[in-house]
Amino acid sequence: MRFIRSHILICSGSNCQLRGSLSIMHALEAELIKKGLYQEIRIVETGCLGLCEKGPGMVVYPEGVMYTRVTLADIPEIVEEHLLKGRFVRRLMTQPADGEDKLTPLNMSPFFIKQKRVVLKNCGLINPESIEEYIAAGGYQSLAMALDQYSPDQVIQIVKDSNLRGRGGAGFPTGRKWDFTRRAEGTEKYLICNADEGEPGTFKDRLIIEGDPHLVLEGMSLAAYAIGADKGIIYVRGEYDLSIKRLEQAIRQARESGLLGRNILGSEFSFDIDVCLGAGAYVCGEETALIESIEGKRGEPRLKPPYPAQAGLWGKPTSVNNVETLANIPSIIEHGAEWFRSIGTATSSGTKVFTLTGNVVNAGLIEVPMGITLREVIMEIGGGIPGGRQFKMAQTGGTSGGCLAEEHLDVPMDYESLSQYGSSLGSGALLIMDDSHCIVDLTKCFLRFFVHESCGQCTPCREGTAQLYNIVDKISKGRAAGSDIDLIEKLSRTMQISPLCALGQTAPIPVLSAFQYFGPEVRAHLRGTCPAGICNMKGALANADS
Amino acid sequence: MTTSACGCGGLHTDPRLPELEAVLSEFKGNRGALIQVLHKVQSIFGYLSDEVQERVAEALDVPLSEVYGVATFYSLFSLKPQGQYKIGVCLGTACYVRGAQQVLNEIEKQLGIKLNDTSDDGKFTLEVTRCIGACGLAPVMTINEDVYGRVEVGTIAEILKKY
Repeated sequence: MRFIRSHILICSGSNCQLRGSLSIMHALEAELIKKGLYQEIRIVETGCLGLCEKGPGMVVYPEGVMYTRVTLADIPEIVEEHLLKGRFVRRLMTQPADGEDKLTPLNMSPFFIKQKRVVLKNCGLINPESIEEYIAAGGYQSLAMALDQYSPDQVIQIVKDSNLRGRGGAGFPTGRKWDFTRRAEGTEKYLICNADEGEPGTFKDRLIIEGDPHLVLEGMSLAAYAIGADKGIIYVRGEYDLSIKRLEQAIRQARESGLLGRNILGSEFSFDIDVCLGAGAYVCGEETALIESIEGKRGEPRLKPPYPAQAGLWGKPTSVNNVETLANIPSIIEHGAEWFRSIGTATSSGTKVFTLTGNVVNAGLIEVPMGITLREVIMEIGGGIPGGRQFKMAQTGGTSGGCLAEEHLDVPMDYESLSQYGSSLGSGALLIMDDSHCIVDLTKCFLRFFVHESCGQCTPCREGTAQLYNIVDKISKGRAAGSDIDLIEKLSRTMQISPLCALGQTAPIPVLSAFQYFGPEVRAHLRGTCPAGICNMKGALANADS
Repeated sequence: MTTSACGCGGLHTDPRLPELEAVLSEFKGNRGALIQVLHKVQSIFGYLSDEVQERVAEALDVPLSEVYGVATFYSLFSLKPQGQYKIGVCLGTACYVRGAQQVLNEIEKQLGIKLNDTSDDGKFTLEVTRCIGACGLAPVMTINEDVYGRVEVGTIAEILKKY
């Protein structure tokens, strides 16, 4: 038997793989063999460790030392110094260490100390390609427990009591959605896992799937048991190669172990899952557009009602749930509703996974209790703003979320507080911008996205997004008047109530919030000046009414 | 219908025809298979020509208008021949605030082509890609299957030289 004295966990999440984590793993293997250490040190390919911008990352246990931005050239030194001589390679370390042997444990380091990992509990700790490791970490126990001890109605009641709300953007209570689907007439029902993560700046679902695919499958099985579905579909973005590969592999493993298929764990419950690839359309994240797409059609949203819970895929009752929502279910069943409610705030229970991007030191993947403030996330976990610049703006919830300014840094991040300020938790994207950016230029960037992604089916969205873009473009060239700002306001209000789906309804949110919180900067453009010096004002017109 | 996928004289003489027919018979009768079929067909031909769309419509027994409607709706499908290497620059906000526009401008300058164009030698096609979820590495660009993160204007020449 091999006696293992050290484990090296290497992140094989997509962000790190793109930075060459696999070739680093192979080089490390070769180096260990060369030094005769291969029998005593084990390399584990694992899920996302969180510090994506500093990838590729690895953690050496039992010491718990994290090395980031590791290159091939660093491998001999890590092996020689750390693994052979027991001395840390300080220049690659992220956590503070005083003296040779005093090291701040990884979970106490600034990046991790305020995090609370429920959805990401196994991420970065187990090998996502091994069902055995998932089971060893307690996986599929909740499913076994539910099938053995709870009726579907009891599962729904636990989820209702937990106060879990959808993590894909809309925040609808999950237990209620399941209840509607369960009580809808018909015996043929579907469960869809929405992994069509198209919101720019969002990659949490991707990293959850890549880091712990079986957790998502277990959550789906529990959901299917609750609503009475025997067929599940994961609709995943066609661009997410690694996610697709890991899902297909996990489904195969679960089938072989009898955790998917007929009479799961000897019960009456039968359930199987297929993977369906998206083809590149943001609007397909909307649940009825997604259903149209699974049916092989253009992803144009349906008129609601009927809601998918009554008539969804192929006209049958269907529950569509986000990846992160489903990944919460096994823990809720295992620890109970009360435990879940003890995390977060009174009205927003549990944790939220965010992708922290933009001008922030520790860009990456984090999971925090609801109610944490923006300041804690950006300045403590995120490590602040790099390059000696100042914080200017944070956009929460992705491109369709609101823009918050410095005065909002102490707003708690939960459903209710953010909506008070015209923003939302949305998809969990958290984009930080420093003072080198211009608010008008950024607004144009948001709107360009919506113009491109509007599906064109309904007029307020198709025409509205284009007109908003045109007006903001005029402002950015110094050719707009004060009346144009009123026009934006009026058009935005119309768009918030009239389009068929959330794409058009939320498109004005970043514009409205940006113009509200950065009014003086916007108005300066009417006078032909861009305070940040980004917009090209060559053709500017002087306006008297600004 | 005059242009063929291979430019030699119609789809019926195209050497890739058996591969196409294999995909079509695999999915025949599956409801809702159109998008999955188009994914596979595009990977055979590189793009979806009019003739290929007609054949798909016929084989799956759906109206050509529906095939065309789906093919033009989704950004992963292309109706025009693509360059040998497809460059995609992400202009999602996370990449944008880290300088993706400058990256795009620099590629346009170096290749002498505009966005959505293919270079005269048929080597490169330049496009804007949707957010690919590698925002931790922003700004990001892709060349076919390869992804480049933390791209700087100064390193673009070096990247392009590899192709």
